[in-house]
Amino acid sequence: MSYFQNLIKIFISSSIINNIILIQFLGLCSYIGLTDSLSSSIGMSFAVIFVTVSSSILAWMIDNWILIPTGLQPALQITAFILVIGSFVGLVEIYIKKVSPNLYKAMGIYLPLIATNCLILGATFINSMNNYDFVESIVSGFGIATGYAIAMLLLAGIRERLRNSDLPPFFKGKAIAFMISGILSLAFLGFSGIIK
Amino acid sequence: MKKLKIIWEAIIPNNPVLIISIGLCSVIAVSNSVKSALLMTLVFALVQIPSNIIISAMRKIIPNELRVPIFVSVIAAFTTIAALLSQAFFNPIYQVIKLYILLVVVNCIIIGRAEAFAYTNGIFDSLLDGIGNTIGYGLVLVTIAIMRELIGKGTLAGIQIMSESYQPMLLMILPPAGFIFIGILTGAIETYLKQKGGKE
Repeated sequence: MSYFQNLIKIFISSSIINNIILIQFLGLCSYIGLTDSLSSSIGMSFAVIFVTVSSSILAWMIDNWILIPTGLQPALQITAFILVIGSFVGLVEIYIKKVSPNLYKAMGIYLPLIATNCLILGATFINSMNNYDFVESIVSGFGIATGYAIAMLLLAGIRERLRNSDLPPFFKGKAIAFMISGILSLAFLGFSGIIK
Repeated sequence: MKKLKIIWEAIIPNNPVLIISIGLCSVIAVSNSVKSALLMTLVFALVQIPSNIIISAMRKIIPNELRVPIFVSVIAAFTTIAALLSQAFFNPIYQVIKLYILLVVVNCIIIGRAEAFAYTNGIFDSLLDGIGNTIGYGLVLVTIAIMRELIGKGTLAGIQIMSESYQPMLLMILPPAGFIFIGILTGAIETYLKQKGGKE
């Protein structure tokens, strides 16, 4: 199998087959909290795609150039990754505030949330556990964030319609969102096995 | 009495998982077997309680602007300790749920309690709050794990409970059932609190 085919395989498996939300359950807080409206879930998806890809690059560099050569990998990995992501999100926040105050206002609430989203840190750990090389890490990070965007948009679309429908009071609010996620997750299980 | 109330608040009226809906990732992912649920609860306790105490003890010297990086560094230190300990003592289970143990560092419950409680309250109260949140988290996690493992495999913590003729319902240990169980429990506890609130 050529290198390029391998990259496509990584992308499909991280975005659809092992969908980060529906099969691996990472980043659920924002998934349940922000899918009330379609517009906020679109904004969040773009922010997550950007931050996940950039942190995959940074974390790969730290892992392979600093932590593994010095033998500090198991002990300092968690601290190093979380500090990198936290400070990176901080930098992005300052940059957006300076360059485009309007975008900053629109994303204001979600940006700091990203730093503590387990999806981003999870993506860097997944890359590190699978020993991906530099390009593979970027593709895998992008795939994971795309999978997040797919799941966000699916649930937001369904919840926008549910708002006007007649539900039993037991399921109103978050309960129905979980039920729908269960059904979506069942649907995504059907993709397992398309790549051998 | 007031002290007991801190613990009680975190278990039912402000249950971190079911009412505030945070820290869900590990609850849904780990609840397909009782053994991993117990290990996860242990790791959670090992991180939540000491980091609450440390942050509460340092609250007067932590500058307001730097508090999030400091919280995260404290939590990261305890997560590393807990991860290495569970690798040493419970390696087979650790290998299965490794990713979720490492991700305790960004568990919203722990960061949330540091921000909302430990940073403004005394050491003893923070200790109680840490215990309460651990119970609130562990109770939900282990309850779901017991139901899922019993229906999905017919066993509890690896011991056969159901009779030999029981046909396991495989769906229960697959990912979708986690969402469905959390949905049912959330609906149940919200309905209960609404009814209780209505009577008063």
